[in-house]
Amino acid sequence: MNKTSLTRRRFLLSTGAIATGLIVGCSTATAKTKGYAGIAGAFEPNSFIQITADNQVIFYLPSSEMGQGILDGLTTLVAEELRVDPTAIDVRHASLHEDYKNPEMGMQGTGGSNATRAQFLPIRQAAADTAAAIRNAAARQLNQPVDTLLLADGHVTVDGQRYGFGQFVALASAMPIPENSPLRSPEQFDQIGRERPRLDTLAKSTGTAVFGIDAEVENLYRAVVVRSPVLGAALQSFDASAALKQSGVVDVVELRNGVAVVAQSYWQARKAAAAVELDWDKPELTSWSSDDIYKRFTDTLNDKSQKGLECCEEGEGDKLLDQAQHVVEADYYAPYLAHATMEPLNCTVAVEGDSCAVYLGTQSVQASAGAAVYYGDFDADKVKVHPAFLGGGFGRRGLGDDVAEAVVIAKKTGRNIQVVWSREDDMSNDFYRPAALVRMQAGVSERGVIETWAVRRVGPNVMDHVLDQWVDVLAPDYLNKGFVDWLSKLGRPLFKRFVADPSSADGIYADYDAPNKAVRHVTQDPGLRTGFWRSVGHSSNAFFKESFIDELAQRAGIDELQFRLANMQNNPRLTKATEMVAAKAGWGKPLPEGHFHGLAIHSSFGSAVAQIAEVSVAGTKIVVHKVTAAIDCGMVVNPGIVRDQVEGGIMYGLTAALFGEITLVDGVVQQSNFHNYPMLRMADAPEVEVHIVDSQEHPEGVGEPGLPPLAPAVANAVFKASGQRLRHLPLRLS
Amino acid sequence: MINFQLNNSSVEVDLEPDTPLLWVVRDHFKLKGSKFGCGMGLCGACTMHVNGEAVRTCTLPVSAVQGAVITSIEGLGAVDNLHPLQQVWVEQSVAQCGYCQSGQLMSASALLNKNPNPSDADIEAAMNGNICRCGTYGRIKSAIKSAAQTMRAQVSMVETFDPANVEVKQ
Repeated sequence: MNKTSLTRRRFLLSTGAIATGLIVGCSTATAKTKGYAGIAGAFEPNSFIQITADNQVIFYLPSSEMGQGILDGLTTLVAEELRVDPTAIDVRHASLHEDYKNPEMGMQGTGGSNATRAQFLPIRQAAADTAAAIRNAAARQLNQPVDTLLLADGHVTVDGQRYGFGQFVALASAMPIPENSPLRSPEQFDQIGRERPRLDTLAKSTGTAVFGIDAEVENLYRAVVVRSPVLGAALQSFDASAALKQSGVVDVVELRNGVAVVAQSYWQARKAAAAVELDWDKPELTSWSSDDIYKRFTDTLNDKSQKGLECCEEGEGDKLLDQAQHVVEADYYAPYLAHATMEPLNCTVAVEGDSCAVYLGTQSVQASAGAAVYYGDFDADKVKVHPAFLGGGFGRRGLGDDVAEAVVIAKKTGRNIQVVWSREDDMSNDFYRPAALVRMQAGVSERGVIETWAVRRVGPNVMDHVLDQWVDVLAPDYLNKGFVDWLSKLGRPLFKRFVADPSSADGIYADYDAPNKAVRHVTQDPGLRTGFWRSVGHSSNAFFKESFIDELAQRAGIDELQFRLANMQNNPRLTKATEMVAAKAGWGKPLPEGHFHGLAIHSSFGSAVAQIAEVSVAGTKIVVHKVTAAIDCGMVVNPGIVRDQVEGGIMYGLTAALFGEITLVDGVVQQSNFHNYPMLRMADAPEVEVHIVDSQEHPEGVGEPGLPPLAPAVANAVFKASGQRLRHLPLRLS
Repeated sequence: MINFQLNNSSVEVDLEPDTPLLWVVRDHFKLKGSKFGCGMGLCGACTMHVNGEAVRTCTLPVSAVQGAVITSIEGLGAVDNLHPLQQVWVEQSVAQCGYCQSGQLMSASALLNKNPNPSDADIEAAMNGNICRCGTYGRIKSAIKSAAQTMRAQVSMVETFDPANVEVKQ
């Protein structure tokens, strides 16, 4: 286990503890019930699996499928232990239940690239116990010694006879469920590690996959919400008389964050919403523009009296910095970013009496259900979440803000409501990746050994904004709401004065061996709300760290690959991935005229990733021709999906590296749609080659780790191509 | 009243004429495969065929399709009757989140209808209006090439066995 995975676990522990520890207990149903509705005659050994009398195996997927392939991954685990063809399993999204909590998070949620790691053993165990139960029942029913029975391809085989599982479900239901049944060993695996098309590929190639926005219920009205141009402003007054006269409009509803226009169709609501006039107060954020952000962060960076909080202190800290042969210092900056999921946020709510059904794609069924309870005043046991596929998540979905609006509108109008956010709504009401300004300092010996690694970081945190959402929606409903809301805002002083938010420093110090390290973070927050953005702190910290490592190598006059290898003697996984990518991409070998290689490596979410970008520059245009990547993510469930995710991380990272920047003028987000927040398109997409390090270690993350090394790999190549060391994102040549 | 052909059926609607075709197909006809992504014709998630052309329907008023022939993803193929592009999409696991893929498939099929043997540059030009946030561009490009090859092979078989040709030879 490397240092980063420990750091990540500590992060999860702390965020999980904060999110749920502040909250006394949890208001979900007790573990004695199952997480699904029962089916007559079916064998229901646990909340994950049902087997019907007509041989159908149903798997309830506890994690959200947002493209990362967890539907395929976890279903494969069930198939492996239950001896069923994975394509024959009926997979359904699990609704809220204690049993579906992510074991590392302490809540029902999907994020932090941990869904495979955290559930690799529990899901297999549930399936193995189910298989053992079927086998025991079959042995008794057929009057055969249990060790003569084989399970294969959804059947029990004995004496050359095959019997469907369904024949034994009645007896299995009446017998005790075995526990701790032996799991199959890696030598026996015939599903885990096998490459085959993803299980959701057919639905997603035919337009039949159901996303949140596709929800349809009877008598559904559409709502559009007009929100403040400055996030967090309070509504002073509004005039919706003109909107109410427009065709199809049936209601106008005041919300805590805006005004909702309800109409028979989305288009009617959208048009009428433009006619609502609103007055807002001016929150603190109004005093911030992007130019000030950079200047005020710089002032703080230079103000030594603001010591900030310790994120890491090892050896002599930064005391010996000046004694090194080479002392290198550089400041780096990364801007705010939006998630821009392809599916804009949306939520559909159907109310019947005191019951509330919520339809959406969410990274946290628990937070979504909690939002209906907290904001809609529904009893917890009257709320039912119907999860759908997510048209991208990347950390955006699951904070409850989407549900909050829909339940209030439904409650106030007494109508079934679908709130659809426009792209503009989505982009200007995000929980953004925070901006950060850092000063990197290092002392390097004559032989090229990093002796001191010192970082001073300025910027907002993530967890305080997330807790502001999560505490409200995850707190038990018997607590006073005012108290809960007060509690939810404690994250701000907590992470400013007492504890460094682990996500702010994630990945900025862990990969290399320097004996002396000092990392401090000063919280300075304009108030623009922030959130988890694919790979969280790693997304900017890897850029700072890996660009700076190239600067150190170049100052010491040592090849960038050799410099890295020499300075990570205690990081075998990252070393292996680095050596692999160097060999595969041909590091140091001749390239086409004008093409240059840049290397960057980074551990995150338990996995090690190394990338080499092949880049040329034409005037001020950066052209990325090819990215070669190597990943060590432990044991692989479906290699195709690991490659998918690394490719996806590279493309998402390249969009951010080349274009990504959310700017403010007087607190107003300036980007609104894809013309001014551009995305990478096919013509600019590089060829990508992904190599997977062979490993029998426990599986680790793949959804996020492919992203962090991309920006520095490109920046390091751009330096070689142009001589310009680009220390600000997005990368812009002058 | 506006009349048009939708996936080989004649339909008529009585809606505000400026309603974008996307919402008519999604919410009036309940065909949910075409997606809303940007509302400005910038991302391609809403792409359908209008008289054979790939068109962004989030900005196309329904009044503009009077008498037109519209095909949405539901008319391209079905789960049990896949278009050759969909077949390759499935085999090569192109989709990740999948939200943009209906639009990608409609742009790709419009391309192949006109150009059965597209170059990389042709594919990039035809597909550049379709954003994929999951970054499946490489797989889309390679899937289009595979499907084009399959479709060309099918066409040449049809030509070989065309009864009309047989008659001419007699």
